[in-house]
Amino acid sequence: MTMRSTIACVRGLGSAKHGTKHWWMQRATAVALIPLSLWFAAALVSMAGAEWERAYIWIASPAGAVPMILFLIAGLWHGKLGLQVVIEDYVHAEGLKVALLMLLGLTTVALGVAGVFAVCKISFGE
Amino acid sequence: MAEFTLPRNSKVTDGKTHKAPDGTKRVATFRVYRWDPDTGANPRLDTFEIDRDQCAPMVLDALIKIKTEIDSTLTFRRSCREGICGSCSMNIDGTNTLACLKPIDEVKGTIDVYPLPHLPVIKDLVPDLSVPYAQYTSIQPWLQSGSAAPPDSERLQSPEERAKLDGLWECVLCFCCTTSCPSYWWNGDRYLGPAILLQAYRWIADSRDEATGERLDALEDPFRLYRCHTILNCTRTCPKSLNPAKAIAEIKKLMVARR
Repeated sequence: MTMRSTIACVRGLGSAKHGTKHWWMQRATAVALIPLSLWFAAALVSMAGAEWERAYIWIASPAGAVPMILFLIAGLWHGKLGLQVVIEDYVHAEGLKVALLMLLGLTTVALGVAGVFAVCKISFGE
Repeated sequence: MAEFTLPRNSKVTDGKTHKAPDGTKRVATFRVYRWDPDTGANPRLDTFEIDRDQCAPMVLDALIKIKTEIDSTLTFRRSCREGICGSCSMNIDGTNTLACLKPIDEVKGTIDVYPLPHLPVIKDLVPDLSVPYAQYTSIQPWLQSGSAAPPDSERLQSPEERAKLDGLWECVLCFCCTTSCPSYWWNGDRYLGPAILLQAYRWIADSRDEATGERLDALEDPFRLYRCHTILNCTRTCPKSLNPAKAIAEIKKLMVARR
């Protein structure tokens, strides 16, 4: 129960003065993912049934490692921005929402670092 | 969490059936949402059969006929009966529209009539619009200019500048679009919704207005503006054939342009 006026509730805490960067990066990563995911799919198809060594050599080469790192970063970033919107849309309990958003951010960074590190380790050798 | 089911006291039950008079040749059957705040009972669907040959063509005509001839307690908003006042917005045959612009014969079979979705109901087909109205107030829907008005003439616009307001000024604030938007259903306390954002753009697009930057500042918010996920229910449902989704996209483009 609140005795505040409706206009006070609607104005709330005011404008957060951000959101445009999120919107823009979601589109930018989507555009980046068009060639990158096509490249990734083509690579998987061409690698079907290949020996472990061949995949290893492919990842180790600059032509494999660089797009792979870009694909990891763009894909995880895009996924993070999308899932963030899902959480903001549907989770209305403030504590749970903050916890999920933090978990999402940390998980994305952890997955990204782990993925890039794996590619680097293969690429630069033991 | 977002609510996907109705609360127990909002579950709709079957109501009374009012049969058409004997000898009716063409029967039009309406199922109308009824809720009376004074009884505390659950909402119900009353069935009204009317003589289509004794009724004018629009759904609003049928509602007025029902109220006049069958059940005077049926409550709904109406005024101009020609799509200008925006009062008789409701959900007819599953789509938000103005009852005065919806031909009865366009609906095949029984005509279901509900209030606008996902708003508190005051009575029967009358929803509580106080939050959308407050949201309208919050965007300051009036011309803001520091320049003094010309002493003996209007503030001038070129024909091209005036043309930018076409498709915006026609909005009658019926809130068919806003209440058709799932994003507004889940976050209507913070998301402004398509009707208000179209109105906001109406002032952003006005060449005579000098507060464009402040208006964009006020909208730049993950919830106020960016809850729009281009679902496009707004544009599909608008009884005035306007395009709120395009107005929102124009605001987003300006947000990027000024970075």
